[in-house]
Amino acid sequence: MNPRHRAFVGTALIAVALAMLPLVVGGALGNTWVRVLDYALLYIILALGLNIVVGFAGLLDLGYIAFYAVGAYLYALLASPHFGLHWPAWAILPLGALVAGFFGVLLGAPTLRLRGDYLAIVTLGFGEIIRIFLNNLNTPVNITNGPQGIARIDPISVAGHPLSKPIEVFGVTLSGVMLYYYLFVLLAIAIVFVGIRLQDSRIGRAWVAIREDEIAAKACGIDTRNVKLLAFAMGASFGGVAGGLFAGFQEFVSPESFGLLESVMVLCMVVLGGMGHIPGVILGGLLLTLLPEAFRYGAGPVQQALFGKVLLDPESLRMLLFGIALILVMLYRPAGLWPEARHRRELSGK
Amino acid sequence: MSVLLEARNIGKSFGGVQALKDVSLAIAAGEIYGLIGPNGAGKTTFFNVLTGLYPKDGGEVIFNGAPLPLGSPHEVTRAGIARTFQNIRLFANMTALENVMVGRHARTKVGVGGAVLRFSRAREEEAAIRRRAGELLYYVGIADHARKLARNLPYGDQRRLEIARALATEPKLLALDEPAAGMNATETAELKTLIEGIRADGVTVLLIEHDVKLVMGLCDRVAVLDYGEKIAEDVADVVKRDPKVIEAYLGA
Amino acid sequence: MPLPVTIERSERIRHPLREEGPGGGGPIIASVDIFLQQLINGLTLGSIYALVALGYTMVYGILGLINFAHGEVVMIGALTALAVAKMLAAAGLPAPLVLLLALAAAALVCMALGATIERVAYRPLRNAPRLAPLITAIGVSIVLQQVAMLVWGRNYHSVPQLLPAGSHEILGAQITEVQLIIMATAALTMLGLMQLVNRTKLGRAMRATAESPAIAALMGVDANRIIMLTFVIGSALGALAGVMVSANYGIAHYHMGFLLGLKAFTAAVLGGIGNLGGAMVGGLLLGVIEALGAGYIGDLTGGVLGSNYQDVFAFFVLIVVLIFRPSGLMGEKVAERA
Repeated sequence: MNPRHRAFVGTALIAVALAMLPLVVGGALGNTWVRVLDYALLYIILALGLNIVVGFAGLLDLGYIAFYAVGAYLYALLASPHFGLHWPAWAILPLGALVAGFFGVLLGAPTLRLRGDYLAIVTLGFGEIIRIFLNNLNTPVNITNGPQGIARIDPISVAGHPLSKPIEVFGVTLSGVMLYYYLFVLLAIAIVFVGIRLQDSRIGRAWVAIREDEIAAKACGIDTRNVKLLAFAMGASFGGVAGGLFAGFQEFVSPESFGLLESVMVLCMVVLGGMGHIPGVILGGLLLTLLPEAFRYGAGPVQQALFGKVLLDPESLRMLLFGIALILVMLYRPAGLWPEARHRRELSGK
Repeated sequence: MSVLLEARNIGKSFGGVQALKDVSLAIAAGEIYGLIGPNGAGKTTFFNVLTGLYPKDGGEVIFNGAPLPLGSPHEVTRAGIARTFQNIRLFANMTALENVMVGRHARTKVGVGGAVLRFSRAREEEAAIRRRAGELLYYVGIADHARKLARNLPYGDQRRLEIARALATEPKLLALDEPAAGMNATETAELKTLIEGIRADGVTVLLIEHDVKLVMGLCDRVAVLDYGEKIAEDVADVVKRDPKVIEAYLGA
Repeated sequence: MPLPVTIERSERIRHPLREEGPGGGGPIIASVDIFLQQLINGLTLGSIYALVALGYTMVYGILGLINFAHGEVVMIGALTALAVAKMLAAAGLPAPLVLLLALAAAALVCMALGATIERVAYRPLRNAPRLAPLITAIGVSIVLQQVAMLVWGRNYHSVPQLLPAGSHEILGAQITEVQLIIMATAALTMLGLMQLVNRTKLGRAMRATAESPAIAALMGVDANRIIMLTFVIGSALGALAGVMVSANYGIAHYHMGFLLGLKAFTAAVLGGIGNLGGAMVGGLLLGVIEALGAGYIGDLTGGVLGSNYQDVFAFFVLIVVLIFRPSGLMGEKVAERA
């Protein structure tokens, strides 16, 4: 087979595998695990967005989840009985990308000239501000419905069919979570495509140049402020889209879903997987959504079997392991579990 | 001979220390202009003000008939001044070729849309960037290293790579900050040939150098800075004999 | 949709201690006593911020690193002191002795913790890209928080009354003995630290290391030792601050470090990071801004925003300072330099 042929066959195999996955998982483990896959895809989309900011451009954003929140609440407000609005998803999702991108520019414009660690703190503060507002904007005018959150959000509809309702195709019943899976997979592929193309472009090179040496990048004629802002805004708009998907999928949003820990979690996916390396980031996203689920079901019983009782709360054990993993990865594999070839070369020294 | 760059009364101080005092000089199109002076005389400061890295305190620069947007490095580059750094600043984890490709940034246009959708114009531009970068690596004599990471290049070749990257921005004036620092005699001689070639191809060169022999052998005209002031400016042979210059180098 | 609700006075004062202050159902227009009361509350809070901010600023001054985990060290200090105090109080020791021993235990634990964090999470990365130590710091924060939760649980713990409970009245405002003690202790501690840094050999070595670790090393300063000592001292101050916070609010819990740390960091930036005096001024200023802001935001916005936005002020101040005066009030430049 010539290489072109082989690439085509490879792509086709991956496509078939991705298409069959929910059916296999659903059949073997039940729809709960298909739902887990859906969440994994949402996190992968988020992580790919953050990867543009942290991995490509080297800007540490610790408030990334705020953009996810913006997208999610925008969807919730425009498609729920809360305001009695029921816009279609295809209108809200691009709007969510725009609005989140706008927030990204709003935050980035004044702060991107600051040194990296300051940017981290400012974005962290911004994330908290957004959360505080979501929690409190129920008085005097009820916009966000406060800590209770917004419920009964419209599911995402494609061609007039709400994805939450099962559908029968060729005698196979596809459940709601499976339909969402297909939508999310398509979007994730689109975002991977965008990421890969950007990486091999004038813009992608400018991002890496800034990450490597900002002053030299300026001397090469790169308007570093604008190029950084572009990365920030693009990352934010990916977050906004993911947020909209999340709201439609869950049919419920509340400020609780958008805490600092969520930001840290997405950051972990990028860092553990391999900053700036798209396959690595996808691996990170998968690992960090699937492992905790396995933990949730496994950690209790395993401890029960080993010690006769549950010694450590699985939830906090999970966080503990995250923390330790972050430290260990930075100390021993600073480029992540699956780094870009370039980084690997860097790690091997000369 | 037409004037390419004219600096008028450039001043710069750092918290009370006057690093540059009303420095004025003019560089003609097509010449190799040297800027020398003892350590701490303000050469690199002048460079950094000229290329926009440091905000100036006073004065102006007319470049190619228009005021230079001082204070904004990327606009200075766009206006046609490219520079290298005294302590080499390459994109260490990019390949040599990619380093030079970054240098094409200011002269190319494709944005996010073009990059993602790869219109024919975007594809052509990308191919042109790659081609030009390859040519420049060949031009400075390190085409063999195209796929190596910049950090793994030998020292002398890193200097050459920096020059190739600067040339990729299509400068009218190439400003080199101590390009021969740390080089042995053979490497310095090769560098001299390279700089002469660059000038022959129509790029004006501004050279800061410690190696007085290199400067005197290479430059058409030389200015001497001492304690932030210009104390001499003339053809190399005259400057060499100027008592003020001799005193600055040998005296107190 | 509901109409704007008038915010009642009592809602403005969120913490148990502040609720003892005057103002419930008072006149709508702010009066002197309210102002004074909020000023006192703000200065108390600010003293605590200042102590925590010193920890950030010392480390930053010497390493150029934001020690993200410092807030959690403060939390560990508070909870350790609380545990020791409860134990000793149950044994029937007199209150002042209990307090002293609890404080000493907390300081020791925090100092050991500070040294460990420096050794494990920061020292190996001293020459790594800037992102790396920042990420390990986040990791350390998470670990400390989870460990605290496993040890002390998710509940809020009420702090036993070890300090005198009385209060004094000045111009219609109340100042409690606890507040007085906090302010006095903070002031004395800062004075002591200033003396340490400016007058002692250790202080001189610290300043030299901050200026240039390499040159300090040439002059015979053991930079690693000095850096570790900086963490140790900062952590001891953190332990003290932790005890103060829990004494001030009467409660402690595993999550208290995050917000406190963030605000103290803001205070350090406000004053000018790397600058000891700046941390103190920044801390006091931030405390006052927060208290006055929380007290008046209802009146200022016509009741649209209530005191539940108190936590927004710190971040708002942080963003504004970084935009308009990134060097802070008394500090050096922080924007990326050539």
